Amino acid sequence: MKTLLRRHEAYVLLIIIVVSIIITAVNPSFFSLENLFDLLKSMSLMGVFAIGMLFVLISGGIDLSFTAIATVSGYAVALALLRYGDSLNIFVIFLLAGAIGILLGAFNAAIIYFFRIPSIITTIATSNVFYGILTVLSEGKWLYGFPTWFGDFANIRLFTLYSPAGNPYGLSIVTVIWLALVLLAWFILRYTVLGRSIYAMGGSPSSAERAGFNLLRLNLFVYAFIGLMAGFGSVIQALLVQTVAPNSLVGKEMDVIAAVVLGGASLAGGTGSIMGTVLGVALITLLGNGLTLMHVPSQWYDVVIGLVILVSVGVSAYRMRKNIQRRVITETA
Amino acid sequence: MAEPFIRLRNVSKHYAGVTALNNVDFTIDQGEIHCLAGENGSGKSTMIKIISGIVPPDPGSTIEIEGQPVHHHHAIDAIDKGIQVIYQDLSLFPNLTVAENIALGQMVAGHVRLVDWKELRRVAEAAMARINVRLPLDSAVGEISIADQQLVAICRALTRGVKLLIMDEPTASLTKKEVDSLLAVVQDMKSKGIATMFVSHKLDEVLAVADRVSVIRDGQMVGVYNGSELNDETLTMLMTGRKVEYSRFVPQADMTAGPVLECRNISRQSEYEDISFCLRPGEILGLTGLLGSGRTELALSLFGVSQPDRGEIRVEGQPVKINSVQDAARLGIGYVPENRLTQGLINVQPVSSNLIVTTLQKLVNRFRLFDQAKVKSAISRWVSELAIKIPSTESPVQTLSGGNQQRVVLAKWIATDPKVLILDGPTIGIDVAAKHSIHEIIRDLANKGIAILLISEEVPEVYNNCNRVLVMHKGRIVQEFNTGACTPEDIQLCISSRN
Amino acid sequence: MLRRFSHLFVLFAVMLVVVIILWSLTGTDFMNLGNLQSMAYQMPELGILSLAMMITMLTAGINLSIIATANLAGIVMALILTNESMLASLGDVGTMMVAIIAGLIVAGLVGILNGFLISRLDMSPILATLGTSILLGGVSIVLTQGYVISGFSPVMLSVGSGRVLGVPVPLIIFLAAAGVMGLILNNTPLGTRIYLIGSNPVATFFSGVNNRSVLMRTYIISGILSGVAAVVMISRFNSAKADYGESYLLLTVLASVLGGVSAAGGFGRVSGLVLSLVILQMISSGLNLMGVSNFLTLALWGVVLIVVMVIKYVIENKVQLRRRAA
Repeated sequence: MKTLLRRHEAYVLLIIIVVSIIITAVNPSFFSLENLFDLLKSMSLMGVFAIGMLFVLISGGIDLSFTAIATVSGYAVALALLRYGDSLNIFVIFLLAGAIGILLGAFNAAIIYFFRIPSIITTIATSNVFYGILTVLSEGKWLYGFPTWFGDFANIRLFTLYSPAGNPYGLSIVTVIWLALVLLAWFILRYTVLGRSIYAMGGSPSSAERAGFNLLRLNLFVYAFIGLMAGFGSVIQALLVQTVAPNSLVGKEMDVIAAVVLGGASLAGGTGSIMGTVLGVALITLLGNGLTLMHVPSQWYDVVIGLVILVSVGVSAYRMRKNIQRRVITETA
Repeated sequence: MAEPFIRLRNVSKHYAGVTALNNVDFTIDQGEIHCLAGENGSGKSTMIKIISGIVPPDPGSTIEIEGQPVHHHHAIDAIDKGIQVIYQDLSLFPNLTVAENIALGQMVAGHVRLVDWKELRRVAEAAMARINVRLPLDSAVGEISIADQQLVAICRALTRGVKLLIMDEPTASLTKKEVDSLLAVVQDMKSKGIATMFVSHKLDEVLAVADRVSVIRDGQMVGVYNGSELNDETLTMLMTGRKVEYSRFVPQADMTAGPVLECRNISRQSEYEDISFCLRPGEILGLTGLLGSGRTELALSLFGVSQPDRGEIRVEGQPVKINSVQDAARLGIGYVPENRLTQGLINVQPVSSNLIVTTLQKLVNRFRLFDQAKVKSAISRWVSELAIKIPSTESPVQTLSGGNQQRVVLAKWIATDPKVLILDGPTIGIDVAAKHSIHEIIRDLANKGIAILLISEEVPEVYNNCNRVLVMHKGRIVQEFNTGACTPEDIQLCISSRN
Repeated sequence: MLRRFSHLFVLFAVMLVVVIILWSLTGTDFMNLGNLQSMAYQMPELGILSLAMMITMLTAGINLSIIATANLAGIVMALILTNESMLASLGDVGTMMVAIIAGLIVAGLVGILNGFLISRLDMSPILATLGTSILLGGVSIVLTQGYVISGFSPVMLSVGSGRVLGVPVPLIIFLAAAGVMGLILNNTPLGTRIYLIGSNPVATFFSGVNNRSVLMRTYIISGILSGVAAVVMISRFNSAKADYGESYLLLTVLASVLGGVSAAGGFGRVSGLVLSLVILQMISSGLNLMGVSNFLTLALWGVVLIVVMVIKYVIENKVQLRRRAA
């Protein structure tokens, strides 16, 4: 299993390299440090969401409501910024967004756990609840005009370089936040009993129950965690565009799930890795960036992403198929 | 005399008016190997649940563990007191490594927060060392054999300080060799003072090593015996409460007739090798051998689930390629699978749909819509012809008894008017009376000229129903017996001498 | 039998209660002809999409691409309907026929794609249909450049707004679709197989059922129904666009679940679905009359879906307890 996973990640890496070569061939400006840092920055939002989605998929569930959660927490953050502006700082903002995310995620977990409602149905429902209520309360208004410190924070770079044309670029704080979360998630999944228990539950929920795992706690953690990531993501989104709109994130859930599945996670639960997820996010972002650099009209973006998902997931499903068929027959025999 | 590890006194359990256990007394000594034998529905699983704290016994029952009465006996208390259950499905995590499977439960229970991978491997290795086994620590459990998985489950129990290990039907899916090494492990545990309770519904190798055997029937303890004083016949009599008379039946097939099914030297990589046999109308051909001998794999090839790499299959003299189950059905080959609940039946759906699933195409009118009269008459015909006892044809199949369920599976294939019927373990998990009537049905089918391939690991079953018996071992047919000219012991000897 | 009956009975009771509550809340104008008429125009597209969702849920699958399929089929139809040279050579009616047939073929092809991914490659239905929905959304945007295509011939518009013997045409289309679907599910071998596969595909495989072909046909039917919904949708809106009707996805799942379709597959009848659609439509119209915003209604649907699932869970648990006791 492990070797298979590693092999999967190697495949994704290979595709990334091939795609990079193709893009560079068409537009050499792709292959520059400046574009790399740009890419890293634009990966961050999807990357943060993807971390949360990875946890949910490993646990054997799915969450289609995280964009709605992010919308709610983003709106709350924006309102707070507009009202209390200068008396706040970035930690309070992250704390607020994270708390809202955790709360809404825990709500999902409670419904899924206590009433055994499939996670896909639960989260389709709650996403509409969260989003519907927010749209009513916000009347669909866009919020902008945040305090200057909020804008300044977004522009922090860990180090600054200058392009030949004189444009400054460097490692954005947003990327740093994402990478820090990646490290945190990697640590949780690899080095905590909690993380291993999530894999265990995804691999066999009934075994986990019999082995005395606290499934309620695990579900609460997983869905609260994606809620937390949704909350953090909403802050990152606000930092990046300095505007909060009720409809700016809706529809992103497809891309995020695609990225995580590309990275080797399965909807059946129990598999997936942080490394694979980062690579999956990189690939999706790269495709978007590459299409732009190759002057492909932006309308083609979804077509390409859709094809990539279907082909890559289809191929890996097909490769698994024979194994699974054998297993079904011999196991039940 | 030392205190027994666990003592049950007057333990009863009623589920909403149904008596599952009635005043049962039961003890297991420290380090004892104890076998609890009983048929399906005898109360075995209720015993497991009460001992492991999953369900509470009725008031008035007493349970003592190491001399101490236990009052609030919950699952977690049972584990703390050293009671562990290994269920038939083993309850492992297929996606995690062997080491994690062994050690993770202990960490969760100990409220450890961080995983120290070195420590985790050390715990796993220590557990393996205690029972002298070596397993690949870094392999995913889903990729090792069932026998090894069972050892993983035992090692896991060891990490939790097990004093009594309950194993539910542990030998059901093991080969003879694997059973032997499992028994060696159990005896090794015994020498370390760990008691084992085997729960079983049939007499097997386990009895040979058991110190004592408790037999349970209809929720009552029939008695406790020494393993050595029981044999196949007496145990069955104790479990069922009646003496079983095996009647012999010799199918009257015309052995000069052309074979309806013929295999010529068929082989399939790592499954079976160079298989040749003929099956004539009205014949019941027995196919026996141990688990892993390739008998089921062969059956699956005849039914189109897999295809032989080499060789030829002929149906009524014509060479055929059976590439799918549909092909098999078209050629008149039916298959009653070994696992009734997952492969044979659609449990939650009504008896009616289960009965007609194989013949849907025949029940339509010229607009390709169901002819309701045909549907109704087909259903009622099979219900009455096989005497299936049901309150309504719309009851879900899962509400039926094992014997009636198996009749449904048989009926759906008989309905296709097959030339060949492959029966894989047709009486597994069915009580003795029902078993008898299933055999009657099979004999009746042979009398009607259907060719039957009866696969079973029970020698009496093949001996008493077949005219010829093939013995498979390691994918090959090693001997053919004519039941008119041999005894069941000959067949048994042939099977066991191969190991 | 009894269970099926009792579920319908409960739905009827719910419907009566809903009618009475809405009547008293909205005053007399709830049950007037105009409101009934408008309900009869609104329900069909949701209804047909729900049928498309339901049939996949019966096989324990799901089709998240029904909206995208409908939009793509609608766009293809709209492109043909607004094609000047086509109109000139074939006339209004001829063009409409070509457009509808082309749209249905496209929808059927999407069904084949989904069916292929799910039955041949063994992709999970969630992922496969999620993937196709992204792809189709992309194709729709490429085809329309993100714009609305509008301005159809009066003949086409009459599909959305016309009446036959006083009955709105969309309602007739829906009832026809529901009737055909009911016939397929209850009276054909395919229907029986769909239910059985939903409960245990391994056992149907061992019973000689060609699971792949059944799943393939299921998703083709689901695709074609999405195409039929597109006909109603574009003729009612007099336009087609890449992102119409996105909120319908939730509603189709809700309607199916409320109508008795099991999320685990294997159970659910068209009659239950039709009743649940009527209930949903009445609530929706009632809320509309009371001036509740669309978004709040959407939130409410989410709540209703969860509540329905919770009630189902509680009831099934009780039944199971009773069965275990017996």
